Amino acid sequence: MNLADLALETTAVVSRVQTDYCGEALVQRLEALGISPEREVRVLRKAWFGGPLHVRVGATTEVALRRQEAQHILVTPLEAVVATGLEG
Amino acid sequence: MNGPTAAPGTCPVDPALAAPASRGGQRLALLGMPNAGKSTFFNRLAGATAQVGNWPGITVDLGRATVTLNGRPVEVVDLPGVYDLRGRAADEQVVRDFLQTQPVDLAIAILNATQLERHLRLLLQLKALGLPLLALLNMADEAQRLGIAINTEALAAQLGVPVCLFSAKYGGGYFDAYLAIAQQLAAAPTAAAIPDLEARLAAAGAIDSAQVTAALAASVSAPPTLEHKLTQRLDALLLHPLLGLPLFFLGLFATFWLIWQVGLPAQGWVDDLAGWLQTRVLEPLLTFLPPWGQSLVLEGVWSGVATVASFVPLIVVFFMALAVLEDSGYLARSAYLMDAWMARLGLDGRSFVMQILGFGCNVPALMGTRTLRSPALRRLTMLTIPFTLCSARLQVFVFIIAAVFPNGNGALVLFSLYLLSFLATFLTAALFQSAFPNDEPFILELPPYRRPTWGRVLLRGWGEVREFLRRTWRFILLGCVGLWALTHLPVGATGLDTLGGRLGLGLQPLMRPLGIDPYLTLALLFGFLAKEVTIGSLAAIYGLGVGGASQQVAATVTLAQGYSFCIFCLLYTPCLTTLATLWQEAQSWRFTLLSLVLSLVLAWLGSFLFYQTVLAWG
Repeated sequence: MNLADLALETTAVVSRVQTDYCGEALVQRLEALGISPEREVRVLRKAWFGGPLHVRVGATTEVALRRQEAQHILVTPLEAVVATGLEG
Repeated sequence: MNGPTAAPGTCPVDPALAAPASRGGQRLALLGMPNAGKSTFFNRLAGATAQVGNWPGITVDLGRATVTLNGRPVEVVDLPGVYDLRGRAADEQVVRDFLQTQPVDLAIAILNATQLERHLRLLLQLKALGLPLLALLNMADEAQRLGIAINTEALAAQLGVPVCLFSAKYGGGYFDAYLAIAQQLAAAPTAAAIPDLEARLAAAGAIDSAQVTAALAASVSAPPTLEHKLTQRLDALLLHPLLGLPLFFLGLFATFWLIWQVGLPAQGWVDDLAGWLQTRVLEPLLTFLPPWGQSLVLEGVWSGVATVASFVPLIVVFFMALAVLEDSGYLARSAYLMDAWMARLGLDGRSFVMQILGFGCNVPALMGTRTLRSPALRRLTMLTIPFTLCSARLQVFVFIIAAVFPNGNGALVLFSLYLLSFLATFLTAALFQSAFPNDEPFILELPPYRRPTWGRVLLRGWGEVREFLRRTWRFILLGCVGLWALTHLPVGATGLDTLGGRLGLGLQPLMRPLGIDPYLTLALLFGFLAKEVTIGSLAAIYGLGVGGASQQVAATVTLAQGYSFCIFCLLYTPCLTTLATLWQEAQSWRFTLLSLVLSLVLAWLGSFLFYQTVLAWG
């Protein structure tokens, strides 16, 4: 699942940022804004007409990013992480 | 808060930096991520001495100030905000270039105390370079409000870098930070540039997230949930998918109204003052000169001075409004709101804000594009702004419409010109977006809403005006004298007998297909100086007063010719000041020339298509 598909107000954990889109540049910029593996993200709102996403990263950082970029951020919803954690 | 000497010897000293350098005073460099409050700190440290400077090998101007520390003058450089020293963004390259070529005695890393987890990463990168380093944790007030407690001594011990906590905006803890800077600077080894910066970064490898986590665990305690409650409530309204855009346009309208109601009348006052000085002081003083000499000084040089001066109040008001938009955090949100539409044109929402403000005056709007950090995005925006129908052009249109369209359709005609202005703006963006590809990913931080401070807002207005005056006066003065020569020489000639008039006649093969006669061509030539001059120049060209000129235009210019003139007036280069600003902001003759040629070509094509179509339809 990627960040663009994540439902609103659902906390998820970043699993990976794909490098096939913008390469390392995107990964570095996302890392600097706190979007890196094992960090929590939450989509606060989505602009209409295919506009960007408003995402909270960690506790205090909020960013706007386009869906195009969000599609390359793979995430796992927190409930799923907790569930697999319990099963394991 | 720990004292400045709490961690003696924790300042990393790299023997490689001890190489002797032959130079005078010491240099402080301010580094930090965007939105860390770096410029706020710079303004507090530098006060009114803040200027803009350039350094050899550095492609952009940077904030520079000289402050006295330890009884010696110290240069302070405000480097652009960067997320990652390895990054490929233009600002990140500037910071690397600077550190590679310019010796720095002490690097001050400004970090946002509420976002240490992210900001410490940059600090670790700076540390890997071996620079003498001091970490200032900014926004102590916000951290306290959120319930974040930071043990600076523990953090300093973890990082091996002295740490201070303070608030750049409100000044809490600033004195201790100031002392810490002075002491670190006194103890700093002789500075050297870091030519092998890239190698050192590569050797350091990826940033150690475990080190960041460990440092935070040992020094920071925060409540389990941190919420900027006010920001959440405001965003729920201002970024609402349905209400967000109307509110954005309402805010934009209010800003525009402010510029219109305060900035433009103030421009008139300055014009009146310049006129008063001319008739009361200059004219009596210049009676010893021959008539052509008086004309050169008054209509060439003095008109240039008056032109530059008339922009001063407008720029102050504009940048005070922009400072409020930017410092409050709303400007970044406008990018979010408009992105769905602007992305298709290769622009972003902040470009749109500048374009709209360009309808007041193009000059500050062009200067305001500095808020766009991607060079390609900025240039594309700058290319579109001269097509926005500014208030000076509006005066010309009102005059022509009143003369040529006496049947009450004036409002409709004016509206069509506004539509054409938007069309030209979007067409330009669409045409050139592939020439200026914006390759930086669109990931924009939305900082919490913050109350702008008066000090910052006033300082911004003043600073921008000073830069405008410093940069553009030569260009404008030269242009004014050049245009004076065109429109007043040979001595004693008037109207079509002047060089410009002959040029107007000579240009007839080009202008006749547009329905623009030699008199109007000459007026356009005057309009190159400033659009508001166009009407006055028509009066002078016909040798009549303004009222007479209106009757003359009504008698000699047809409806189609009048509209064609308006189209040309709308699309060709707005004024000399705009051109000077474009040149200064882009730092490129080629780009300025592109804008000039593009506007002339679009103006000619637009008028040609319109006039010939009307002729063909009878």
